[in-house]
Formats: sequence, structure tokens, C-alpha cells
Amino acid sequence: MTLLAVEDLRIDLGTGDDRHVAVDKVSFEIARGETFGLVGESGCGKSITALAIMGLLQRPLAIGGGSIRFEGRAIENLSADELRRLRGKRLAMIFQEPMTALNPLLPVGRQIAEMFVLHEGAGWRDAERRAIDVLARVRVPAPERRARDFPHQLSGGMRQRVMIAIALACSPDLLIADEPTTALDVTVQSEIVDLMRELCAANGTAILMISHDLGLVASMCRTVGVMYAGRLVEVRSSTDVFKAPAHPYTCGLIGSLPRLGSRAALGRQRLQEISGVVPSIADFPAGCRFHPRCERMTSVCGVEEPAVTMLGEGGLVRCHHHG
Amino acid sequence: MGDGALLLDVEDLAVEFHVGGRLLGLGGGARRLRAVNGVNLSLRAGECLGLVGESGCGKSTVALAILGLVPRTRGVISIDGMSIGAEASIDRRRLARTVQMVFQDPYASLNPRQTVRRTLADPLRLHGVTNGGEVEDRVADMLARVGLTADHADRYPHEFSGGQRQRIGIARALILRPRLVICDEPVSALDVSIRAQIINLLLELKESLGLSYIMISHDLGVVEHMSDRVAVMYLGKIIETGDWRAIFERPGHPYTRGLIAAIPDAFAPPGIAADKVRGEIPSPFDPPDGCAFHPRCPIATDKCRTMPGPQLRRLADTHDVSCWLAS
Repeated sequence: MTLLAVEDLRIDLGTGDDRHVAVDKVSFEIARGETFGLVGESGCGKSITALAIMGLLQRPLAIGGGSIRFEGRAIENLSADELRRLRGKRLAMIFQEPMTALNPLLPVGRQIAEMFVLHEGAGWRDAERRAIDVLARVRVPAPERRARDFPHQLSGGMRQRVMIAIALACSPDLLIADEPTTALDVTVQSEIVDLMRELCAANGTAILMISHDLGLVASMCRTVGVMYAGRLVEVRSSTDVFKAPAHPYTCGLIGSLPRLGSRAALGRQRLQEISGVVPSIADFPAGCRFHPRCERMTSVCGVEEPAVTMLGEGGLVRCHHHG
Repeated sequence: MGDGALLLDVEDLAVEFHVGGRLLGLGGGARRLRAVNGVNLSLRAGECLGLVGESGCGKSTVALAILGLVPRTRGVISIDGMSIGAEASIDRRRLARTVQMVFQDPYASLNPRQTVRRTLADPLRLHGVTNGGEVEDRVADMLARVGLTADHADRYPHEFSGGQRQRIGIARALILRPRLVICDEPVSALDVSIRAQIINLLLELKESLGLSYIMISHDLGVVEHMSDRVAVMYLGKIIETGDWRAIFERPGHPYTRGLIAAIPDAFAPPGIAADKVRGEIPSPFDPPDGCAFHPRCPIATDKCRTMPGPQLRRLADTHDVSCWLAS
């Protein structure tokens, strides 16, 4: 059953003559309990897509067209009050930098307890007891003591566990994780990712994970969407995306990173480069936005926007010369 | 590779910091933080040494000590026959002509008010290249080597993309023709699609200029790709070192196996999860008894918890491990 349906989403930056289109023609669906990853470089629009789903876009950013439906209800038509009741309870979000997302002036136990008070009408005493249980579930050692700690007393990994505890406290239907491990060491990243996967699977929570790391997203999610310059250029299952990437940008991303073990198997190969730089939002190229950097570019690419081609198993690609 | 003359020799390096202490007469005495504790390293001309470990393990402090930028508590560092002795006796100019550094963040590490020309020409003038024509030639030559053009020389850092700025950072490091370049996370601040350009460039320059690198990175894929040898650090000590192939194909230390297992990979072989490391790096103020890694180690025994830490021992030719259980 479809939990979240994003259809033909457009996000505008600014208005009138200053208007730029930051995200355009983005469509994807997430079923209940499913895991979906959005991958792309800085400025590709992945984070603002997530904010739009949470109803958190702020001026000068605004939804310019299309729809976001959560359980069939259009997010953009909800009142501020309805949105607030949805956020935290049914839709939860984890941010990249837990230090700036947590309140530095409140003990972490209280910040978790707040979820039960606000969304389930619990009393503070009861809520703080439940907060300790949640801390134990995200495997914070000595949860009774840690609940009284302030964010600055915790390590980066522990803070991110607290963020996960807050996000999952009310067993939401969808968890949006925006670069949840970018600020952490790989060993801690691996623990946090395992924890998110486990808890979400146990609760039937769907995940929308956002990252620049294709390997991380593919190891965590069943389906991967690749964004480039405000467009979704490829959607594939995470096994297909590595085995047979269709869009030249996806191929380039995979070929440009040294994979562990490849030097031992094949010797040191020169890494494939993607020439040029990511275009800025003010001058996205006409036609296919990747064409100035693309190896398969022909005359049609600079003129005509590629249509979506459906691939097997729910995959799709937006390219004139997909392979 | 690696059969050149010995370029860098670090013996028993220790760096301690004193943290805290009496501020306005409040609080207790300063606490001693052992950032680096008994590190031995050597590097031959033309070699690339990968230095890996989690944040706080001391890898950047080792780099700063080699550059003479933090005072050593103990140990001997000699580079290219020059010993970095007591701080007062360091010949900083000679050191700067021998060792240079490429930094992680190309936005923060360039002076925003200097043109590229000035960033590259100033070190030359400071080091006695005063002939205007020669300065001009060397700046132009260096720009070409890093893939920029002569007309980039009169622009300011803000006019460049992240990848181009890192090229400028590399040009600045190489303008004095050093023999050793320390690269501290040189690609982790860059967009994913730009990283390959910089990695390829660093490898090309290493060949064409006969450079040696110390490559500090948390990205083991990059380290495997670039390094001839690898040293793994944990809590201020090297716990495993060896040929890149030995480290990645036959890692002897459970921490090294844990680092490799932590890399997200959709095609990770089953069973690798058993190698995963739990918890976080302990506070260097209060390192654990026994082997410093035992609280996180998936295979620790009583010996690991009680016996004073294991020393590096030879496992195979050029492969050293400090673990009681490695074989």
C-alpha cells in the first residue's frame, strides 16, 4: 500500500523575475514499511524535497506545483495545525548534525518525553519513564543516567542515537533521515545505520534516506533514486543500480569512486572522471541537465528534455541514450 | 615503488597536550592527553603511506609533528637527512622546502584576499626565487601541472569551484618542489563527482614529480587505491602496519577488520557483520587497561583485558600487528 506519493513535484526558489526552479518533475512512491534512498551531490535538491514532504519549506523556497500525498492526503492542503500533529507522530525526521537539532538547554530525556506529552497526551512523569525505555531501545548505555545528560555531554554517535529515539518515540509511519551519519566515523555510522534499519523493520516504519553516499544508501534501502540538478534521473532497486546503472550520471558516480577490493582484483585503474562541475541553480542547462558533462551527449541532448523510460522491476531512467 | 632511499624516519614519537588547568584559579590541575604515544613510521622516496583511523586517534597530530607544528614530548623525526630536534633548532625554511601539506577544506585553507598568483608566488620569493621571470614561469608551470590555466592566476579563491580550489591548494603545496606531501583528507570535502579528478591528479603528480605522500583518510576505498603501505592508528598508537595488500586482504588486527566491515557495501559478503566493532573510541584521558581496543573488540579474552597492551610484532614480511590473538 502506498504510504507516500510524490507526484511531479516542483519547488521554486524566489518569486517573480527572481524565480528559479530548484526541483522539477520529481515523482516517486514509498510503500508502507519500505526503504527508499535519494542520492545526489550538494545542491541537487534532495534535502529540500525532504523538507517539502515534512511541510517545512520556508521562504524563499515554496512548492510550485505537483503534489505530495501522505496516506492519500495532500500535504500542501493541510493546515499548520494538522501538519504539526502529523509531524513527529506519523512523519519523523533525523538531521545531519544532531548538535544543532537538539535543544542544548534541556536534558535529552526530557526532549524525548516531550514527544509523548505532545502527541499522546501523557503526563510528564510517565513520559520521562517511557523516555528511558526508548533510550534503552536505541542502545544508549546506562539510560537512566544518560536521560539526565545535556546534549553537549554526549558523543556525536550518542547524540544521533538520541535523535533516533526522538524520531521513533511515537512509532511513526515514515522516517526521513537526511545524511544521518555524515558527521560520524565509519564504525559509528555502521552501528547507527544497523540500528535504524532494525528498529524501523520491527515497527513497520518506512524510511526515506537522503545521502551523497551511493554505497551507504544502497546497503540500507531497497530502492534508490538518483537526483541531478533538481531532477530525478534514475530510480532502481539497489542491486540493479550497481549491476546495471542506466543513466550516464549514475554510471559516472559508480565508476568514479575506488571500490574496496577492486585494486586487488584488477590492479590500480585510473578512476573514471566526470568532467566539469555541478551546475548552479541559476543556470541549469537546457535539455538534459547533465548533457554538458555527459560522455554520451549528442545534439538532441542540449535541445530536448529526455522523457522517462520505464525499466524492469519499477525502475525508470530519464536519458536519451540510457544503457 | 618503495625501493627509494629512506626519506622519513619517525622513531618513538610521543605528543602530549595539557588540557584544562587553572583558569582564574578555578578547577583542578591540567590533565595530560596522550595524543600520540610511541609511534614509529618510515617512508621511502616515491612511496605513499596511508594513515587511517577514527577521529581522535592521533593521525593528524602525527602529521603536524612531522611538519614541526606541534611540540614533541619524545621521539626523533628525521626527514631527508635533517633531524627535527628541539623546536628552536628547526630550520623552518628547509623543512618547508621538504614537507608540505594539502588540507581537507579548500574553502578554509586559501586566503580569500590573495589572488592565485600571489598564493603561489609568495612562497617562492620567501625562499629566494626573486627573479620576476622565473617566478612567473614557475607559477605558470605549476598551474598547468594541476590542470588550471595561466589566466586563472589573477583570480581570487571565491571565483573557483571546490575542485578547482583543491587544485590551487595542491599547487601551493608543490610550488617549492617538496619531497614529501602530507594529504589530510584531501577529497572528503569535495562533491562526489569531483573526487576522482583530484585522486587521479594526486597520483599523476606523484609519478611525474617523484613525490612521496602520507595520505590521511577515513575512506578506506581511497586509501586502498592510493597507498603502497598502510598504517592503522588507534588511541595514539599504530596497531597494524603493512603492505596495502596485506592490510586489505589479510588484516591481522580485529580493529582493522572492523574498519573494513564498517564500509557500507550493498554486496558485502555474508559473515562480515561478525567483524563489526561496537561502541566508540574511548577518551584518551582515560585509556582502558590492557589492550586499548579490548572494550570494543569482538574477540577479546581475559588476557586482553588484564595484560599490559600488546606491542607490534611481525606477522609476515613487512606486516606488523599489535594483537595477542593475531596469527
